[in-house]
Amino acid sequence: MKQQTVKRPSEGRRVITKKPELLAPAGNLEKLKIAVHYGADAVFIGGRDFGLRSNADNFSIEEMAEGVKFANKYGAHIYVTTNIFAHNENMDGLAEYLEDLEKVGVTGIIVADPLIIETCKRVAPKLEVHLSTQQSLSNWQAVKFWKEEGLDRVVLAREVGLAEMLEMKANVDIEIETFIHGAMCISYSGRCVLSNHMTARDSNRGGCCQSCRWDYFLYEEDGASEQKTGEKALFNVDDAPFAMSPKDLNLIEAIPKLVDAGIDSLKVEGRMKSIHYVATVVSVYRKVIDAYCENPDNFKIDNEWLKELAKCANRPTAPAFFENTPGHEEQMFRNHSQKTTFDFAGLVLDYDEETEIVTLQQRNHFRPGDQIEFFGPEITNFTQKVEKIWDEDGEELDAARHPLQIVKFKVDKQVKPYNMMRKEQLT
Amino acid sequence: MKKPELLVTPTSVEDIAPLIDAGATAVIIGEEKYALRLAGDFSRKEVEEATKIAHEKGAKVYVAMNALFHNDTLPLLPDYIQFLDRTGVDAIVFGDPAVLMNVREHAPQMKLHWNTETTATNWYTANYWGRKGAARAVLARELNMDSIIEIKEEAEVEIEVQVHGMTCMFQSKRMLVGNYMAFQGKDLEVQGRSKDRSLILHDPERDAKYPIWEDENGTHIMSPKDMCIIDELDEMLDAGIDSFKIDGILKDFNYIKKMTALYRQAIDLYTEEPEAYNSKKDELLDEVKSVQPANRDLDTGFFFKESVY
Repeated sequence: MKQQTVKRPSEGRRVITKKPELLAPAGNLEKLKIAVHYGADAVFIGGRDFGLRSNADNFSIEEMAEGVKFANKYGAHIYVTTNIFAHNENMDGLAEYLEDLEKVGVTGIIVADPLIIETCKRVAPKLEVHLSTQQSLSNWQAVKFWKEEGLDRVVLAREVGLAEMLEMKANVDIEIETFIHGAMCISYSGRCVLSNHMTARDSNRGGCCQSCRWDYFLYEEDGASEQKTGEKALFNVDDAPFAMSPKDLNLIEAIPKLVDAGIDSLKVEGRMKSIHYVATVVSVYRKVIDAYCENPDNFKIDNEWLKELAKCANRPTAPAFFENTPGHEEQMFRNHSQKTTFDFAGLVLDYDEETEIVTLQQRNHFRPGDQIEFFGPEITNFTQKVEKIWDEDGEELDAARHPLQIVKFKVDKQVKPYNMMRKEQLT
Repeated sequence: MKKPELLVTPTSVEDIAPLIDAGATAVIIGEEKYALRLAGDFSRKEVEEATKIAHEKGAKVYVAMNALFHNDTLPLLPDYIQFLDRTGVDAIVFGDPAVLMNVREHAPQMKLHWNTETTATNWYTANYWGRKGAARAVLARELNMDSIIEIKEEAEVEIEVQVHGMTCMFQSKRMLVGNYMAFQGKDLEVQGRSKDRSLILHDPERDAKYPIWEDENGTHIMSPKDMCIIDELDEMLDAGIDSFKIDGILKDFNYIKKMTALYRQAIDLYTEEPEAYNSKKDELLDEVKSVQPANRDLDTGFFFKESVY
């Protein structure tokens, strides 16, 4: 299925009417609300069981119900990750859990294990079933297999490039979801058990300890094959250690090609990330997708979008397998992350137009005199200097230093609830 | 008592007859283009020779096609599958559903063994692939003995379990060794022959050494120890596990032959006279230790270990 376009006769230009879904991570209810409010068409969340981020907050069934209610107001969808490779003992409670998901009204589940696929079809047939990237789906015939198994959507392996996606689309009529942004496994997903060996934590049941981000040392063994004894270092004293840490994926510049290819869902990774990260990434991709679809023939990447994305990045980024197999330039040696350049400093709760006073929930230290920036889906980014700060009782503060404290101060332009305030870090 | 198959990994055609003489009842071979982490790379001609030798000696031949395939390799699958069918191999080992689809179409009588390594973790899913056409499921190495036995009790397909050797911990499509060399500005040819070079990653934190190499399928990292449960086979023999595999990757022929003979002895002892096995098993383990390379400690894999998550 190619993109659907119409001509706008009045203006004589082409408009793309079938936009891909922008799918965002939501590690908890607050993140879900932010992602949806900032423009995600859908979010993926984890429940208490059967998902792959056992360290994330994750959702109770009651929280899911609240999430569904919120998302419905925006016409957004919720998918629940149930993508473990189950062991026998994980079968307990699965059917009841899937029934609960159906009842609560989420749109679908993201699944790797046929046990969960078939159980879902049996007990919760209203749920859409999406094949997880944990299956490392890399060719169109395998896509066809899962289509014939009745899946509604497949999430591709991170190793699949644009040319391969086009072939999949040409050969199989099924929804395709692919990653566009965030941290990536450097292994084929589902085919890595480093955590199991190194820390006895099962990576395919949510216990991944990210051993691939550690440093190792590469040696060559000499001697006869029977009794190898000597070892030769393949690095010098001042060389960086061997590392496998990939840069984070970033396909902002490839959005036009993905839209043209008819990819159905564009996925941002990161259920463990902050609401500031989710808000920033979602709002930027929202703008890119909308701008391209609105006027594809005169589309240009706005430098501001790239700068905005960089404000929440905690690693350098790269396009990974989109065009080619990535080389060493797309890995990190020595430093496996870089410091973020901006701190999330506050969440807008309210704004009084008459007095120009914002009510804000503090999320990081700031004080009078600090240069801060506001952003949000309804406003254009702006910066200003903080003047006097008061607490809820009107007491003047020398700094907003308590996490989640409610504070008030004057903001020159109008802001809306859920808008965010960030502060550049001192270097 | 039923004896399980003893499945081993020859490094070349020449290994096959002596391995069968040492007690193997099946061999797994294949071509690197289609298969992951073989002890040896077998051309079509060698697959034909191997099949002839094994069949004359009454052993089975399984051909691995368990790579993760990308679109560009798909056009090669029908011809290779038809070749294996004509050659009369006993089963094709697959992980990618693309192989299953092609076998259904081009060699519908061919037996299939499902082997994705890390993702074969419960009996339901083993039976699922059975309903799709697999005659056997090869279980993940990360399961404990109790899970394995429960899977066997519920399985409608044959169950294969690795009992000896190293296991894969990680596969990436990226060329991680070559990338590291390029990053250092060292123009070192690694791909294709890095497996013969005995490269290892040292993990100082855990004082462990992981074999690593690159080939057509990407970068592979292997376990720091060789699993060995020659003295703990009784429960799985009682349970009727269908196939025991000795993986001889990165080992030479003499080692593989020795392990084959020792496990043959262990299986025969227990199935014929359990008491004899019990009194002999420590000795068998000592014999394994006596030929074990100095840089490869033995352990019991995940058989008796609980993983958290």
